[in-house]
Amino acid sequence: MLRVKNLTCGYEAGFFLKNITFSVNDGELMGIIGPNGSGKSTLLRAIRRVLKPLKGGILFKGKRIDRMGFKELAQKVSVVSQSAEEITLNFTVREYVLLGRIPYRRRFQILETKTDEKIVANTMSLTDITHLSERNVGELSGGERQRAIIARALAQEPELLLLDEPTIHLDIGHQIEILDLVKRLNEQNNLTVIIVLHDLNLASLYCDRLLLLREGEVHSIGTADEILTYSIIEEVYKTPVVVEKNPISSKPLICLVPGGKGEVKK
Amino acid sequence: MNKKLKGWLIWIFALTGFLLISAIFSLSVGADKISLSKIVSLIFSPEKGIESTILFHIRFPRILLAIFIGGALAVSGVIFQGMFRNPLVGPYTLGVSGGAALGVTLSISLGLGFCLPLAGMSGAILAIFIVYFLASRKGLLRIPTLLLIGVMLSFLSSSLITLIMALADVTKLHGILFWIMGSLEESNLGLIRLVITLSILGAILSFFFAHNLNAFSLGEEEALHLGINVERTKKILFVLASLLTGSVVSVSGMIGFVGLVVPHFMRMFVGSDHRILLPAAFLGGGIFLLLCDTLARTVISPIELPVGVITGILGGVLFIYFLSKKQLVGTAK
Repeated sequence: MLRVKNLTCGYEAGFFLKNITFSVNDGELMGIIGPNGSGKSTLLRAIRRVLKPLKGGILFKGKRIDRMGFKELAQKVSVVSQSAEEITLNFTVREYVLLGRIPYRRRFQILETKTDEKIVANTMSLTDITHLSERNVGELSGGERQRAIIARALAQEPELLLLDEPTIHLDIGHQIEILDLVKRLNEQNNLTVIIVLHDLNLASLYCDRLLLLREGEVHSIGTADEILTYSIIEEVYKTPVVVEKNPISSKPLICLVPGGKGEVKK
Repeated sequence: MNKKLKGWLIWIFALTGFLLISAIFSLSVGADKISLSKIVSLIFSPEKGIESTILFHIRFPRILLAIFIGGALAVSGVIFQGMFRNPLVGPYTLGVSGGAALGVTLSISLGLGFCLPLAGMSGAILAIFIVYFLASRKGLLRIPTLLLIGVMLSFLSSSLITLIMALADVTKLHGILFWIMGSLEESNLGLIRLVITLSILGAILSFFFAHNLNAFSLGEEEALHLGINVERTKKILFVLASLLTGSVVSVSGMIGFVGLVVPHFMRMFVGSDHRILLPAAFLGGGIFLLLCDTLARTVISPIELPVGVITGILGGVLFIYFLSKKQLVGTAK
Protein backbone atom coordinates (compact mmCIF):
# COMPACT_ATOMS: atom_id res chain seq x y z
CA MET A 1 0.00 0.00 0.00
CA LEU A 2 2.56 2.53 1.12
CA ARG A 3 6.32 2.50 0.81
CA VAL A 4 8.51 5.12 2.37
CA LYS A 5 12.08 5.00 1.12
CA ASN A 6 15.07 6.88 2.52
CA LEU A 7 12.81 9.77 3.41
CA THR A 8 14.59 12.85 4.68
CA CYS A 9 12.55 15.95 5.28
CA GLY A 10 12.04 18.72 7.80
CA TYR A 11 11.22 22.27 8.73
CA GLU A 12 13.29 25.38 8.25
CA ALA A 13 13.66 25.60 12.00
CA GLY A 14 15.94 22.62 11.85
CA PHE A 15 13.93 19.60 12.87
CA PHE A 16 14.49 16.68 10.59
CA LEU A 17 13.35 13.19 9.78
CA LYS A 18 16.38 11.25 8.67
CA ASN A 19 16.49 8.35 6.29
CA ILE A 20 13.15 6.81 7.13
CA THR A 21 12.36 3.54 5.37
CA PHE A 22 9.37 1.33 6.00
CA SER A 23 6.32 -0.01 4.27
CA VAL A 24 2.71 -0.59 5.19
CA ASN A 25 0.82 -3.56 3.79
CA ASP A 26 -2.73 -3.59 2.49
CA GLY A 27 -5.25 -3.82 5.30
CA GLU A 28 -2.67 -3.29 8.02
CA LEU A 29 -3.13 -1.24 11.17
CA MET A 30 0.25 0.33 11.71
CA GLY A 31 1.08 2.30 14.84
CA ILE A 32 3.70 5.03 15.06
CA ILE A 33 5.08 5.56 18.55
CA GLY A 34 7.94 7.51 20.01
CA PRO A 35 8.75 10.19 22.57
CA ASN A 36 7.68 13.82 22.17
CA GLY A 37 9.53 15.48 19.34
CA SER A 38 10.61 12.23 17.74
CA GLY A 39 8.89 13.14 14.49
CA LYS A 40 5.64 11.19 14.58
CA SER A 41 3.38 13.97 13.35
CA THR A 42 6.04 15.14 10.94
CA LEU A 43 6.09 11.70 9.37
CA LEU A 44 2.32 11.80 8.90
CA ARG A 45 2.56 15.23 7.34
CA ALA A 46 5.19 13.97 4.93
CA ILE A 47 3.01 11.01 3.96
CA ARG A 48 0.13 13.39 3.30
CA ARG A 49 2.45 15.64 1.28
CA VAL A 50 2.09 18.64 3.53
CA LEU A 51 5.88 18.57 3.76
CA LYS A 52 8.07 18.05 0.75
CA PRO A 53 10.83 15.46 1.08
CA LEU A 54 14.39 16.69 0.69
CA LYS A 55 15.61 13.24 -0.16
CA GLY A 56 13.98 9.91 -0.84
CA GLY A 57 10.32 9.46 -1.60
CA ILE A 58 6.98 7.94 -0.80
CA LEU A 59 5.13 5.51 -3.01
CA PHE A 60 1.39 4.97 -2.70
CA LYS A 61 0.46 1.74 -4.48
CA GLY A 62 3.61 2.05 -6.53
CA LYS A 63 2.91 5.65 -7.50
CA ARG A 64 5.00 8.57 -6.30
CA ILE A 65 2.78 10.79 -4.17
CA ASP A 66 4.46 13.96 -5.40
CA ARG A 67 3.28 13.05 -8.90
CA MET A 68 -0.34 12.66 -7.82
CA GLY A 69 -2.90 15.46 -8.17
CA PHE A 70 -4.25 17.27 -5.12
CA LYS A 71 -7.71 15.75 -5.53
CA GLU A 72 -6.42 12.33 -6.49
CA LEU A 73 -4.41 12.08 -3.29
CA ALA A 74 -7.31 13.38 -1.21
CA GLN A 75 -9.52 10.66 -2.64
CA LYS A 76 -7.10 7.97 -1.53
CA VAL A 77 -5.54 9.20 1.69
CA SER A 78 -7.41 11.09 4.38
CA VAL A 79 -6.27 12.50 7.68
CA VAL A 80 -7.63 12.88 11.19
CA SER A 81 -5.25 15.49 12.51
CA GLN A 82 -4.92 17.17 15.87
CA SER A 83 -5.52 20.60 14.42
CA ALA A 84 -9.00 19.48 13.40
CA GLU A 85 -9.95 19.48 17.05
CA GLU A 86 -10.36 23.18 17.43
CA ILE A 87 -13.42 23.52 15.28
CA THR A 88 -15.89 26.13 16.45
CA LEU A 89 -17.60 26.66 13.16
CA ASN A 90 -21.20 27.44 12.52
CA PHE A 91 -21.67 24.14 10.67
CA THR A 92 -24.03 21.34 11.56
CA VAL A 93 -22.43 17.94 11.99
CA ARG A 94 -23.85 16.77 8.68
CA GLU A 95 -22.56 19.85 6.84
CA TYR A 96 -19.20 19.27 8.46
CA VAL A 97 -19.04 15.63 7.37
CA LEU A 98 -20.14 16.68 3.88
CA LEU A 99 -16.95 18.74 3.61
CA GLY A 100 -15.21 15.39 3.22
CA ARG A 101 -16.82 15.13 -0.21
CA ILE A 102 -14.97 18.19 -1.52
CA PRO A 103 -12.29 16.09 -3.28
CA TYR A 104 -15.02 14.54 -5.42
CA ARG A 105 -16.78 17.66 -6.62
CA ARG A 106 -16.40 18.55 -10.23
CA ARG A 107 -15.61 22.02 -11.47
CA PHE A 108 -18.72 24.24 -11.34
CA GLN A 109 -20.56 21.71 -9.22
CA ILE A 110 -22.29 23.63 -6.47
CA LEU A 111 -24.57 21.23 -4.65
CA GLU A 112 -23.81 17.78 -3.30
CA THR A 113 -24.93 14.85 -5.38
CA LYS A 114 -27.16 11.99 -4.23
CA THR A 115 -24.06 9.82 -3.98
CA ASP A 116 -22.44 12.35 -1.64
CA GLU A 117 -25.50 12.32 0.60
CA LYS A 118 -25.58 8.53 0.63
CA ILE A 119 -21.90 8.17 1.48
CA VAL A 120 -22.14 10.75 4.24
CA ALA A 121 -25.20 9.06 5.72
CA ASN A 122 -23.26 5.83 5.63
CA THR A 123 -20.10 7.14 7.31
CA MET A 124 -22.21 8.87 9.95
CA SER A 125 -23.92 5.62 10.84
CA LEU A 126 -20.56 3.81 10.85
CA THR A 127 -19.22 6.31 13.37
CA ASP A 128 -22.53 6.40 15.22
CA ILE A 129 -23.20 10.12 14.96
CA THR A 130 -26.40 10.00 12.90
CA HIS A 131 -28.41 11.23 15.87
CA LEU A 132 -26.16 14.31 16.09
CA SER A 133 -26.50 15.31 12.45
CA GLU A 134 -28.35 18.59 13.04
CA ARG A 135 -26.30 19.66 16.06
CA ASN A 136 -23.71 22.41 15.73
CA VAL A 137 -20.28 20.88 15.36
CA GLY A 138 -18.78 23.35 17.83
CA GLU A 139 -21.09 22.10 20.60
CA LEU A 140 -20.03 18.47 20.51
CA SER A 141 -18.23 16.77 23.37
CA GLY A 142 -14.69 15.52 22.86
CA GLY A 143 -15.62 11.97 21.92
CA GLU A 144 -18.46 13.02 19.63
CA ARG A 145 -16.27 15.56 17.90
CA GLN A 146 -13.55 13.01 17.29
CA ARG A 147 -16.13 10.69 15.73
CA ALA A 148 -17.37 13.55 13.53
CA ILE A 149 -13.82 14.21 12.37
CA ILE A 150 -13.35 10.53 11.57
CA ALA A 151 -16.68 10.52 9.71
CA ARG A 152 -15.48 13.43 7.62
CA ALA A 153 -12.22 11.66 6.85
CA LEU A 154 -14.16 8.51 5.89
CA ALA A 155 -16.43 10.53 3.60
CA GLN A 156 -13.35 10.98 1.43
CA GLU A 157 -13.58 7.20 0.82
CA PRO A 158 -9.90 6.73 1.49
CA GLU A 159 -7.89 3.59 1.01
CA LEU A 160 -5.45 4.77 3.64
CA LEU A 161 -6.47 6.60 6.81
CA LEU A 162 -3.92 8.56 8.84
CA LEU A 163 -4.74 9.42 12.44
CA ASP A 164 -2.65 11.72 14.60
CA GLU A 165 -3.28 10.90 18.26
CA PRO A 166 -7.06 10.59 17.95
CA THR A 167 -7.44 9.66 21.61
CA ILE A 168 -5.67 12.66 23.08
CA HIS A 169 -7.80 14.54 25.65
CA LEU A 170 -10.32 11.68 25.82
CA ASP A 171 -11.20 9.63 28.88
CA ILE A 172 -10.53 5.87 28.81
CA GLY A 173 -14.09 5.03 27.81
CA HIS A 174 -13.92 7.28 24.78
CA GLN A 175 -10.38 6.17 23.98
CA ILE A 176 -11.54 2.57 23.68
CA GLU A 177 -14.61 3.66 21.72
CA ILE A 178 -12.52 5.53 19.14
CA LEU A 179 -9.94 2.79 18.78
CA ASP A 180 -12.60 0.08 18.58
CA LEU A 181 -14.11 2.10 15.76
CA VAL A 182 -10.74 2.36 14.00
CA LYS A 183 -10.16 -1.36 14.44
CA ARG A 184 -13.60 -2.15 13.07
CA LEU A 185 -13.03 0.02 10.02
CA ASN A 186 -9.69 -1.66 9.56
CA GLU A 187 -11.06 -5.18 9.78
CA GLN A 188 -14.54 -4.94 8.31
CA ASN A 189 -14.04 -2.22 5.71
CA ASN A 190 -10.53 -3.31 4.87
CA LEU A 191 -9.16 0.17 5.45
CA THR A 192 -5.42 0.50 5.84
CA VAL A 193 -4.60 2.64 8.85
CA ILE A 194 -1.54 4.44 10.14
CA ILE A 195 -2.09 5.79 13.61
CA VAL A 196 0.13 7.90 15.84
CA LEU A 197 -0.38 6.99 19.49
CA HIS A 198 1.19 8.24 22.67
CA ASP A 199 -0.26 5.59 24.91
CA LEU A 200 1.91 2.50 24.53
CA ASN A 201 -0.71 0.21 26.02
CA LEU A 202 -3.30 1.29 23.48
CA ALA A 203 -0.70 0.85 20.73
CA SER A 204 0.02 -2.60 22.06
CA LEU A 205 -3.64 -3.57 22.12
CA TYR A 206 -4.72 -2.32 18.72
CA CYS A 207 -1.85 -2.19 16.24
CA ASP A 208 -0.71 -5.03 14.00
CA ARG A 209 2.77 -3.57 13.84
CA LEU A 210 4.55 -0.68 15.49
CA LEU A 211 7.08 1.78 14.17
CA LEU A 212 9.18 3.30 16.93
CA LEU A 213 10.74 6.67 16.16
CA ARG A 214 13.56 8.30 18.05
CA GLU A 215 14.98 11.74 17.25
CA GLY A 216 13.74 11.66 13.68
CA GLU A 217 15.00 8.19 12.89
CA VAL A 218 13.40 4.76 12.82
CA HIS A 219 14.50 2.95 15.95
CA SER A 220 12.74 -0.29 15.24
CA ILE A 221 9.75 -1.81 13.47
CA GLY A 222 7.87 -4.93 14.49
CA THR A 223 4.96 -6.43 16.35
CA ALA A 224 4.05 -5.21 19.81
CA ASP A 225 5.82 -8.20 21.34
CA GLU A 226 9.02 -7.32 19.52
CA ILE A 227 9.00 -3.57 20.16
CA LEU A 228 7.46 -3.17 23.56
CA THR A 229 10.21 -4.76 25.63
CA TYR A 230 11.51 -3.05 28.73
CA SER A 231 14.99 -2.66 27.28
CA ILE A 232 13.84 -0.86 24.15
CA ILE A 233 11.38 1.37 25.99
CA GLU A 234 13.88 2.32 28.66
CA GLU A 235 16.44 3.11 25.99
CA VAL A 236 14.12 5.30 23.93
CA TYR A 237 11.91 6.89 26.58
CA LYS A 238 14.58 7.14 29.27
CA THR A 239 12.30 5.95 32.02
CA PRO A 240 12.13 2.53 33.66
CA VAL A 241 9.13 0.32 32.98
CA VAL A 242 7.98 -3.15 33.83
CA VAL A 243 6.47 -5.07 30.94
CA GLU A 244 3.85 -7.65 31.86
CA LYS A 245 1.41 -9.65 29.82
CA ASN A 246 -2.08 -8.26 29.43
CA PRO A 247 -4.27 -10.92 31.06
CA ILE A 248 -7.00 -10.57 28.43
CA SER A 249 -5.22 -10.00 25.15
CA SER A 250 -1.84 -11.43 26.19
CA LYS A 251 -0.27 -8.42 24.47
CA PRO A 252 2.55 -6.59 26.27
CA LEU A 253 1.29 -4.43 29.15
CA ILE A 254 3.54 -1.58 30.17
CA CYS A 255 3.61 -0.56 33.81
CA LEU A 256 5.23 2.73 34.76
CA VAL A 257 7.56 3.04 37.72
CA PRO A 258 7.11 6.26 39.71
CA GLY A 259 10.26 7.93 40.91
CA GLY A 260 12.45 5.61 38.89
CA LYS A 261 13.62 8.14 36.36
CA GLY A 262 17.08 8.49 37.85
CA GLU A 263 17.85 4.81 37.70
CA VAL A 264 18.06 4.46 33.94
CA LYS A 265 20.80 7.02 33.69
CA LYS A 266 23.25 4.61 35.26
CA MET B 1 -36.42 19.70 -3.75
CA ASN B 2 -33.35 19.51 -1.58
CA LYS B 3 -34.13 20.98 1.83
CA LYS B 4 -30.89 22.93 2.07
CA LEU B 5 -31.28 24.40 -1.39
CA LYS B 6 -34.80 25.43 -0.53
CA GLY B 7 -33.62 27.25 2.59
CA TRP B 8 -30.95 29.03 0.61
CA LEU B 9 -33.36 30.09 -2.12
CA ILE B 10 -35.72 31.50 0.48
CA TRP B 11 -32.88 33.63 1.85
CA ILE B 12 -31.93 34.82 -1.63
CA PHE B 13 -35.54 35.72 -2.48
CA ALA B 14 -36.10 37.46 0.84
CA LEU B 15 -32.91 39.50 0.54
CA THR B 16 -33.60 40.37 -3.09
CA GLY B 17 -37.11 41.47 -2.15
CA PHE B 18 -35.81 43.60 0.67
CA LEU B 19 -33.24 45.11 -1.68
CA LEU B 20 -35.93 46.06 -4.19
CA ILE B 21 -38.14 47.61 -1.53
CA SER B 22 -35.18 49.59 -0.20
CA ALA B 23 -34.38 50.77 -3.71
CA ILE B 24 -37.94 51.97 -4.34
CA PHE B 25 -38.00 53.69 -0.96
CA SER B 26 -34.68 55.32 -1.71
CA LEU B 27 -35.97 56.54 -5.09
CA SER B 28 -38.89 58.31 -3.49
CA VAL B 29 -37.19 60.09 -0.60
CA GLY B 30 -34.79 62.97 -0.71
CA ALA B 31 -34.77 66.75 -0.86
CA ASP B 32 -37.67 66.38 -3.27
CA LYS B 33 -40.17 63.75 -2.25
CA ILE B 34 -41.61 61.85 -5.15
CA SER B 35 -44.63 59.71 -4.46
CA LEU B 36 -44.73 56.06 -5.27
CA SER B 37 -47.52 56.40 -7.81
CA LYS B 38 -45.57 59.14 -9.53
CA ILE B 39 -42.53 56.88 -9.73
CA VAL B 40 -44.57 54.07 -11.24
CA SER B 41 -46.18 56.35 -13.79
CA LEU B 42 -42.80 57.88 -14.70
CA ILE B 43 -41.32 54.43 -15.20
CA PHE B 44 -44.09 53.31 -17.51
CA SER B 45 -44.66 56.55 -19.39
CA PRO B 46 -41.49 58.58 -19.33
CA GLU B 47 -42.00 62.30 -19.65
CA LYS B 48 -39.48 65.05 -19.49
CA GLY B 49 -39.42 67.16 -16.39
CA ILE B 50 -37.53 67.89 -13.23
CA GLU B 51 -38.87 64.86 -11.38
CA SER B 52 -37.89 62.47 -14.10
CA THR B 53 -34.40 64.00 -14.21
CA ILE B 54 -33.98 63.61 -10.46
CA LEU B 55 -35.29 60.09 -10.60
CA PHE B 56 -33.43 58.68 -13.56
CA HIS B 57 -30.30 60.79 -13.75
CA ILE B 58 -29.50 61.44 -10.13
CA ARG B 59 -31.12 58.95 -7.80
CA PHE B 60 -31.24 55.83 -9.93
CA PRO B 61 -27.52 55.71 -10.85
CA ARG B 62 -26.62 56.49 -7.29
CA ILE B 63 -28.80 53.67 -5.98
CA LEU B 64 -27.21 51.24 -8.41
CA LEU B 65 -23.78 52.39 -7.36
CA ALA B 66 -24.64 51.93 -3.68
CA ILE B 67 -25.96 48.40 -4.24
CA PHE B 68 -23.03 47.16 -6.27
CA ILE B 69 -20.34 48.86 -4.22
CA GLY B 70 -21.86 47.57 -1.00
CA GLY B 71 -22.10 44.11 -2.52
CA ALA B 72 -18.51 44.14 -3.73
CA LEU B 73 -17.18 45.30 -0.36
CA ALA B 74 -19.13 42.63 1.52
CA VAL B 75 -18.02 39.87 -0.86
CA SER B 76 -14.39 40.85 -0.57
CA GLY B 77 -14.84 40.97 3.20
CA VAL B 78 -16.18 37.40 3.17
CA ILE B 79 -13.25 36.24 1.05
CA PHE B 80 -10.64 37.89 3.27
CA GLN B 81 -12.24 36.68 6.51
CA GLY B 82 -12.57 33.20 5.06
CA MET B 83 -9.04 32.89 3.81
CA PHE B 84 -7.46 34.46 6.88
CA ARG B 85 -9.82 32.68 9.27
CA ASN B 86 -9.89 35.94 11.14
CA PRO B 87 -13.12 37.80 11.87
CA LEU B 88 -11.36 41.14 12.25
CA VAL B 89 -10.02 41.27 8.73
CA GLY B 90 -11.88 43.35 6.19
CA PRO B 91 -11.29 44.66 2.70
CA TYR B 92 -9.37 47.64 4.11
CA THR B 93 -6.99 45.64 6.27
CA LEU B 94 -4.45 44.69 3.66
CA GLY B 95 -3.25 48.09 2.53
CA VAL B 96 -5.05 48.00 -0.82
CA SER B 97 -7.39 50.79 0.13
CA GLY B 98 -4.51 52.65 1.74
CA GLY B 99 -2.68 52.49 -1.56
CA ALA B 100 -5.73 53.76 -3.39
CA ALA B 101 -6.18 56.60 -0.91
CA LEU B 102 -2.55 57.58 -1.24
CA GLY B 103 -2.86 57.62 -5.02
CA VAL B 104 -5.92 59.84 -4.88
CA THR B 105 -4.44 62.17 -2.27
CA LEU B 106 -1.29 62.61 -4.31
CA SER B 107 -3.18 63.33 -7.47
CA ILE B 108 -5.46 65.88 -5.78
CA SER B 109 -2.59 67.69 -4.09
CA LEU B 110 -0.57 67.79 -7.29
CA GLY B 111 -3.59 69.20 -9.08
CA LEU B 112 -4.12 66.16 -11.26
CA GLY B 113 -7.73 65.90 -10.16
CA PHE B 114 -9.11 65.02 -13.57
CA CYS B 115 -8.92 61.28 -13.16
CA LEU B 116 -9.07 60.29 -9.54
CA PRO B 117 -10.27 56.70 -10.08
CA LEU B 118 -7.24 56.03 -12.26
CA ALA B 119 -4.93 57.40 -9.58
CA GLY B 120 -6.73 55.34 -6.96
CA MET B 121 -6.53 52.17 -9.01
CA SER B 122 -2.81 52.67 -9.66
CA GLY B 123 -2.21 53.10 -5.96
CA ALA B 124 -4.27 50.02 -5.16
CA ILE B 125 -2.47 47.84 -7.71
CA LEU B 126 0.90 49.05 -6.49
CA ALA B 127 -0.09 48.16 -2.95
CA ILE B 128 -1.27 44.69 -4.05
CA PHE B 129 2.09 44.06 -5.71
CA ILE B 130 4.07 45.23 -2.69
CA VAL B 131 2.10 43.13 -0.22
CA TYR B 132 2.08 40.09 -2.47
CA PHE B 133 5.79 40.03 -3.16
CA LEU B 134 6.88 40.82 0.35
CA ALA B 135 4.64 38.10 1.75
CA SER B 136 5.58 35.33 -0.63
CA ARG B 137 8.74 33.33 -0.40
CA LYS B 138 9.71 30.33 -2.49
CA GLY B 139 6.32 30.48 -4.16
CA LEU B 140 4.45 30.20 -0.86
CA LEU B 141 2.11 32.93 0.24
CA ARG B 142 2.38 33.14 4.01
CA ILE B 143 -0.90 34.23 5.53
CA PRO B 144 0.37 35.76 8.81
CA THR B 145 3.06 37.72 6.97
CA LEU B 146 0.53 38.84 4.41
CA LEU B 147 -1.63 40.21 7.19
CA LEU B 148 1.23 41.97 9.00
CA ILE B 149 2.64 43.58 5.88
CA GLY B 150 -0.83 44.65 4.80
CA VAL B 151 -1.57 46.28 8.13
CA MET B 152 1.81 48.02 8.17
CA LEU B 153 1.29 49.27 4.63
CA SER B 154 -2.08 50.69 5.71
CA PHE B 155 -0.44 52.60 8.56
CA LEU B 156 2.35 53.77 6.31
CA SER B 157 0.00 55.10 3.66
CA SER B 158 -2.23 56.81 6.18
CA SER B 159 0.82 58.56 7.65
CA LEU B 160 1.90 59.62 4.19
CA ILE B 161 -1.60 60.92 3.50
CA THR B 162 -1.45 62.98 6.70
CA LEU B 163 1.93 64.32 5.61
CA ILE B 164 0.62 65.30 2.20
CA MET B 165 -2.40 66.95 3.79
CA ALA B 166 -0.16 68.91 6.14
CA LEU B 167 1.79 70.24 3.21
CA ALA B 168 -1.10 70.62 0.80
CA ASP B 169 -2.88 73.77 -0.19
CA VAL B 170 -5.90 74.52 2.04
CA THR B 171 -8.22 74.64 -0.95
CA LYS B 172 -7.38 71.06 -1.74
CA LEU B 173 -7.90 69.74 1.78
CA HIS B 174 -11.65 69.54 1.41
CA GLY B 175 -11.36 67.39 -1.68
CA ILE B 176 -8.99 64.98 0.01
CA LEU B 177 -11.04 64.72 3.18
CA PHE B 178 -14.26 64.25 1.29
CA TRP B 179 -12.75 61.47 -0.77
CA ILE B 180 -11.35 59.68 2.25
CA MET B 181 -14.72 59.76 3.98
CA GLY B 182 -16.27 58.15 0.95
CA SER B 183 -19.11 59.26 -1.25
CA LEU B 184 -21.45 57.73 -3.75
CA GLU B 185 -21.87 60.93 -5.73
CA GLU B 186 -20.60 60.03 -9.13
CA SER B 187 -21.76 61.66 -12.30
CA ASN B 188 -19.73 59.68 -14.79
CA LEU B 189 -22.10 57.05 -16.15
CA GLY B 190 -19.31 55.10 -17.82
CA LEU B 191 -17.53 54.76 -14.50
CA ILE B 192 -20.71 53.60 -12.81
CA ARG B 193 -21.19 50.95 -15.49
CA LEU B 194 -17.60 49.83 -15.05
CA VAL B 195 -17.96 49.45 -11.29
CA ILE B 196 -21.20 47.51 -11.67
CA THR B 197 -19.61 45.17 -14.19
CA LEU B 198 -16.57 44.55 -12.01
CA SER B 199 -18.71 44.04 -8.96
CA ILE B 200 -20.87 41.41 -10.69
CA LEU B 201 -17.83 39.74 -12.20
CA GLY B 202 -16.08 39.59 -8.83
CA ALA B 203 -19.14 38.15 -7.12
CA ILE B 204 -19.56 35.44 -9.76
CA LEU B 205 -15.87 34.51 -9.75
CA SER B 206 -15.74 34.33 -5.97
CA PHE B 207 -18.73 32.00 -6.00
CA PHE B 208 -16.67 29.37 -7.80
CA PHE B 209 -14.35 29.34 -4.82
CA ALA B 210 -17.12 28.73 -2.30
CA HIS B 211 -16.02 25.12 -1.75
CA ASN B 212 -12.41 26.15 -1.37
CA LEU B 213 -13.39 28.77 1.20
CA ASN B 214 -15.42 26.16 3.08
CA ALA B 215 -12.37 23.92 3.18
CA PHE B 216 -10.24 26.87 4.28
CA SER B 217 -12.49 27.45 7.25
CA LEU B 218 -11.01 24.25 8.71
CA GLY B 219 -7.50 25.63 8.32
CA GLU B 220 -4.94 25.61 5.56
CA GLU B 221 -3.61 22.16 6.30
CA GLU B 222 -7.10 20.64 6.51
CA ALA B 223 -7.92 22.29 3.18
CA LEU B 224 -4.88 20.54 1.72
CA HIS B 225 -6.10 17.26 3.19
CA LEU B 226 -9.35 17.84 1.31
CA GLY B 227 -7.51 18.06 -1.98
CA ILE B 228 -7.47 21.83 -2.37
CA ASN B 229 -4.49 23.37 -4.13
CA VAL B 230 -3.97 25.70 -1.20
CA GLU B 231 -1.22 27.91 -2.55
CA ARG B 232 -2.97 28.56 -5.84
CA THR B 233 -6.29 29.24 -4.11
CA LYS B 234 -4.73 31.72 -1.70
CA LYS B 235 -3.08 33.63 -4.52
CA ILE B 236 -6.19 33.78 -6.68
CA LEU B 237 -8.43 34.80 -3.81
CA PHE B 238 -6.02 37.46 -2.56
CA VAL B 239 -5.72 39.04 -5.99
CA LEU B 240 -9.45 38.74 -6.69
CA ALA B 241 -10.59 40.32 -3.42
CA SER B 242 -7.90 42.99 -3.58
CA LEU B 243 -8.76 44.02 -7.13
CA LEU B 244 -12.43 44.10 -6.20
CA THR B 245 -11.70 46.32 -3.21
CA GLY B 246 -9.29 48.49 -5.16
CA SER B 247 -11.67 49.20 -8.01
CA VAL B 248 -14.54 49.99 -5.67
CA VAL B 249 -12.48 52.22 -3.42
CA SER B 250 -11.03 54.10 -6.39
CA VAL B 251 -14.51 55.23 -7.36
CA SER B 252 -16.29 55.72 -4.07
CA GLY B 253 -13.52 56.40 -1.59
CA MET B 254 -13.14 54.66 1.72
CA ILE B 255 -16.63 53.66 2.75
CA GLY B 256 -15.83 51.87 5.95
CA PHE B 257 -17.36 49.02 7.88
CA VAL B 258 -19.48 47.48 5.12
CA GLY B 259 -16.91 44.83 4.31
CA LEU B 260 -16.24 44.10 7.97
CA VAL B 261 -19.72 44.03 9.46
CA VAL B 262 -21.98 42.67 6.73
CA PRO B 263 -20.16 39.32 6.49
CA HIS B 264 -20.69 38.85 10.23
CA PHE B 265 -24.38 39.64 10.10
CA MET B 266 -24.86 37.31 7.20
CA ARG B 267 -22.97 34.53 8.94
CA MET B 268 -25.33 34.93 11.89
CA PHE B 269 -28.33 34.56 9.59
CA VAL B 270 -27.35 32.07 6.91
CA GLY B 271 -24.46 30.14 8.48
CA SER B 272 -20.83 29.59 7.56
CA ASP B 273 -21.33 27.79 4.26
CA HIS B 274 -19.80 30.06 1.64
CA ARG B 275 -22.15 28.80 -1.06
CA ILE B 276 -24.94 30.81 0.57
CA LEU B 277 -22.76 33.25 2.52
CA LEU B 278 -21.23 34.82 -0.59
CA PRO B 279 -24.48 35.67 -2.42
CA ALA B 280 -26.20 36.63 0.84
CA ALA B 281 -23.33 38.98 1.70
CA PHE B 282 -23.50 40.51 -1.76
CA LEU B 283 -27.20 41.28 -1.35
CA GLY B 284 -26.81 42.26 2.30
CA GLY B 285 -23.94 44.61 1.51
CA GLY B 286 -26.04 46.22 -1.19
CA ILE B 287 -28.99 46.70 1.17
CA PHE B 288 -26.81 48.06 3.97
CA LEU B 289 -24.95 50.60 1.86
CA LEU B 290 -28.11 51.66 0.04
CA LEU B 291 -29.96 52.35 3.29
CA CYS B 292 -26.95 54.15 4.78
CA ASP B 293 -26.62 56.31 1.70
CA THR B 294 -30.32 57.10 1.70
CA LEU B 295 -29.97 58.15 5.31
CA ALA B 296 -26.87 60.19 4.51
CA ARG B 297 -28.60 62.27 1.89
CA THR B 298 -31.93 62.71 3.67
CA VAL B 299 -31.24 63.04 7.38
CA ILE B 300 -30.42 66.75 7.31
CA SER B 301 -31.24 67.43 3.67
CA PRO B 302 -30.44 69.37 1.60
CA ILE B 303 -27.04 69.03 3.26
CA GLU B 304 -25.49 65.65 2.60
CA LEU B 305 -23.52 63.70 5.19
CA PRO B 306 -20.55 61.59 4.15
CA VAL B 307 -21.90 58.06 3.77
CA GLY B 308 -18.80 56.56 5.39
CA VAL B 309 -19.77 58.25 8.63
CA ILE B 310 -23.23 56.69 8.56
CA THR B 311 -21.95 53.19 7.74
CA GLY B 312 -19.43 53.50 10.56
CA ILE B 313 -21.91 54.67 13.19
CA LEU B 314 -24.79 52.44 12.14
CA GLY B 315 -22.61 49.40 11.47
CA GLY B 316 -20.67 49.81 14.69
CA VAL B 317 -23.72 50.24 16.90
CA LEU B 318 -25.66 47.37 15.32
CA PHE B 319 -22.63 45.15 15.46
CA ILE B 320 -21.91 45.75 19.11
CA TYR B 321 -25.57 45.25 19.93
CA PHE B 322 -25.74 41.88 18.18
CA LEU B 323 -22.40 40.76 19.52
CA SER B 324 -23.42 41.43 23.08
CA LYS B 325 -26.52 39.33 22.45
CA LYS B 326 -24.93 36.50 20.57
CA GLN B 327 -21.55 34.86 20.57
CA LEU B 328 -19.45 35.81 17.58
CA VAL B 329 -20.04 33.08 15.05
CA GLY B 330 -16.47 32.51 14.22
CA THR B 331 -14.61 32.01 11.05
CA ALA B 332 -12.23 30.23 13.41
CA LYS B 333 -11.07 29.72 16.94
